[in-house]
Amino acid sequence: MSAVVAAREPQLPKEHYLNADYGVRSWLFTIDHKRIALLYLASVTFMFFLGGMYAAAIRLELVTPPGDMFSSETYNKLFTGHGVLMVFFFLIPTIPGVLGNFLIPLMIGAKDLAFPRINLLSWYCYMAGAGFVLYALVEGGLDTGWTFYTPYSTSFSNTNVILAGVGIFFAGFSSILTGLNFIVTIHKMRAPGLTWFRLPLFVWAHYATSLIQILGTPVIAVTILLVALERGFHFGFFDPARGGDPILFQHLFWFYSHPAVYIMILPAMGVISELVACFSRKKIFGYGFVAGSSLAIAVLGFLVWAHHMFVSGLSVYASLIFSAISFLVAIPSAIKVFNWTATLYRGSVSWQTPMLYAVGFIGLFVIGGLTGLFLAALGLDVHVTDTYFIVAHFHYVMVGSVVMAYMGGLHFWWPKITGRHYPEWWARVSAVIIFVGFNLTFFPQFILGYLGMPRRYHYYPDEFQVLNVMSSAGASILAVGYMIPMVYFAWSMRYGRIATANPWPATGLEWQTASPPPTENFAVTPTVDEEVYDYTRPPKEPTFV
Amino acid sequence: MSDHVVSPKLYVAIFLALMVLTAATVWAAGQDFGAYNTAVAVGIAVTKATLVILFFMHVRWGGKLVQLFVASGFIWLGILLAITLADYVSRGWSLTNAP
Amino acid sequence: MSNAHSSALRHHFANLDQQKDSSVLGMWTFIVQEILFFGGLFLVYTIYRHEYFDVFEACSHHLDWKLGAANTVVLIFSSLTMAMGVHAAALGQKKATAAWLVLTIVLGSIFLGVKVVEYTEKFEHHLVPGPHFLPPEEAAHELKIQPSQTGQAQLYFSLYFAMTGLHAIHMIIGIPIILYLAWRSWHGAYTPAYHTPVELTGLYWHFVDIVWIFLFPLLYLIGHH
Repeated sequence: MSAVVAAREPQLPKEHYLNADYGVRSWLFTIDHKRIALLYLASVTFMFFLGGMYAAAIRLELVTPPGDMFSSETYNKLFTGHGVLMVFFFLIPTIPGVLGNFLIPLMIGAKDLAFPRINLLSWYCYMAGAGFVLYALVEGGLDTGWTFYTPYSTSFSNTNVILAGVGIFFAGFSSILTGLNFIVTIHKMRAPGLTWFRLPLFVWAHYATSLIQILGTPVIAVTILLVALERGFHFGFFDPARGGDPILFQHLFWFYSHPAVYIMILPAMGVISELVACFSRKKIFGYGFVAGSSLAIAVLGFLVWAHHMFVSGLSVYASLIFSAISFLVAIPSAIKVFNWTATLYRGSVSWQTPMLYAVGFIGLFVIGGLTGLFLAALGLDVHVTDTYFIVAHFHYVMVGSVVMAYMGGLHFWWPKITGRHYPEWWARVSAVIIFVGFNLTFFPQFILGYLGMPRRYHYYPDEFQVLNVMSSAGASILAVGYMIPMVYFAWSMRYGRIATANPWPATGLEWQTASPPPTENFAVTPTVDEEVYDYTRPPKEPTFV
Repeated sequence: MSDHVVSPKLYVAIFLALMVLTAATVWAAGQDFGAYNTAVAVGIAVTKATLVILFFMHVRWGGKLVQLFVASGFIWLGILLAITLADYVSRGWSLTNAP
Repeated sequence: MSNAHSSALRHHFANLDQQKDSSVLGMWTFIVQEILFFGGLFLVYTIYRHEYFDVFEACSHHLDWKLGAANTVVLIFSSLTMAMGVHAAALGQKKATAAWLVLTIVLGSIFLGVKVVEYTEKFEHHLVPGPHFLPPEEAAHELKIQPSQTGQAQLYFSLYFAMTGLHAIHMIIGIPIILYLAWRSWHGAYTPAYHTPVELTGLYWHFVDIVWIFLFPLLYLIGHH
């Protein structure tokens, strides 16, 4: 009797990628995509908490109307540090770097990415970039805002623009190399039988993301190079004194930086598609549309950048066209939201932690997306430009959605990554705390912005205090919400309940191998002969262990 | 996308064509085509680049996927140039008489 | 499906064909990235050329178009030798491959040597943008523009140096790689079944050539009519 029970108790596989080798060198020189994913996990988590500390300082200052904690100069450095760290070193690399790296080869039945050494190089580029930026921040800081607008960044700022620029240049190359690897991998490494329309939507989303990384990132790289040449060697590219046009810098900057929002959000949407399907026990409604809308967002995202520049002196005719095209991006985004909700309809929905994050994502993304429509409208945008309305909007889209999806995905695939379960109760509690804290932090900022509170100032009129205190209180709740998973994830790596190969159970090749997977992912090369998200059949026993 | 071994004669022919086009671009620069000098120069350069891409870089035999990738690079460059230029030509003021 | 040279096959690929296809596609993806990287500079050029048409034409006269044309011939010739090198590698001619590659390096070095001559001349004539650029009166005289257009002339020369400089850096990166390939080829590292490194480096070199094909007329040959 007891022998039967013991046989049912899941066991960790004898050999897997985590115990295949030991020691610092086995991690720093690894070319295993799963280990590189964990390198990314450690580094982006560090950068996230660093960026979070900058945010904490900002929210602390804004509790009271006068600027009583920091000088204006220091405050400028705080929001710049927060922006640079969070945008370039957390939001852009996180989901592709951690979940994408770990899962794409598993999902397509490959042994690794197409170029494992380039994958490692991309992590080292990230670390080099992080090193330069951290040095810039420690050594006197940076006060240009994360946007580096000229001529302030080229001619006037007395802070470490070039140093930080070099850091972002490296981070950009990290991103390009990741995208290159994913594109080639998805084209060339799919398992026999895994056609394009049998791919998980997570893979589709990463494919679309990679296109943006390849087509957009080089433009910001060369732009930063030009800023450095102008600042360091007195070349003239954007200098108004010599006839240069600062608005041209903004064109170049936003040609990348607007699509960069989709580099953040598309992988997040990919995660949500997986979660919604699994926890509704249904095939995603309109699979083809959801897959196609990722590509549509990637393409349309390149045609709307100047909506960041409506008050910069852009041609009014160009503004009208950009405003109109910006509305178009709402269509593929809405297609995704409608299809997720349609998937929930009549699904057998269960509310494990990943699903809590998934519905949280949908809520926050709808608010972020709809306020984006406000901002695409020229007249209203002019009114709220550079106010907290913008700040609230992009935090809902970039942070709210991306962090929710990342956390949801991390919980969902945690048993696969570590072979162990996280504690479900704590996870649910912290998911709710994060959702509440996030909304309390950022919803008041919509109102503040609409009432006219400008961003990037560290003092404000007394009548804004109540809303600002609410926002700061929300931020502290949010901080608690982020801390709890840190603790229980770390705890679960050692003490968590041991997971089976397919604990949820879910479809997809990544669940058809052991948890944690062996170094080469599958014991036998998988072949695929069934449709994607086929939740109609009873859960299959892992086949390729 | 397997190896396509091309006759060296074809390479030499392409090289000669490129030389002729180089001469043509120098010649065209000396002529007055009015507003079209730039268009002619860019047109010749595009022709030369196309020859290099198709033959020296084997894209002619490289398969549809590679052709699509190459095209997408130039299309995106076109988007960058066209949309930004659309702003400048429709501003109603130029940098030389900025308000 | 030739697995004869399994020493070149990396463990995560099923066969050499898949490996080669992946590498070629990866290189093309990298080149697409390069197109957009140079594209940013071409955008800045396009806008200022559009806005300051006359100044750009006047400044272009100061470049020596004969040197530019000679360099164009040299670089296109180096593209031919590179193509021949890849061709020889595909046929398994080890020494011929090495010879073509070395010839490519020689031609590339000639190109860079001419660039050094041109750059030196710009330094001597104070045409390097920045505080040492010609003062307005002298610039007006030297470049045949209005004194008030000196800043715009600096835009032109900034672009000249950035575009040709970035192009030259790409060549300087390429040359040691080609040298390494020549050395490896001489020692028999490449076969008809596996010579992907030569092929990929060839793609890179041709791309650098293409950039110059655009730079030559856009920088050297404007306003000659």
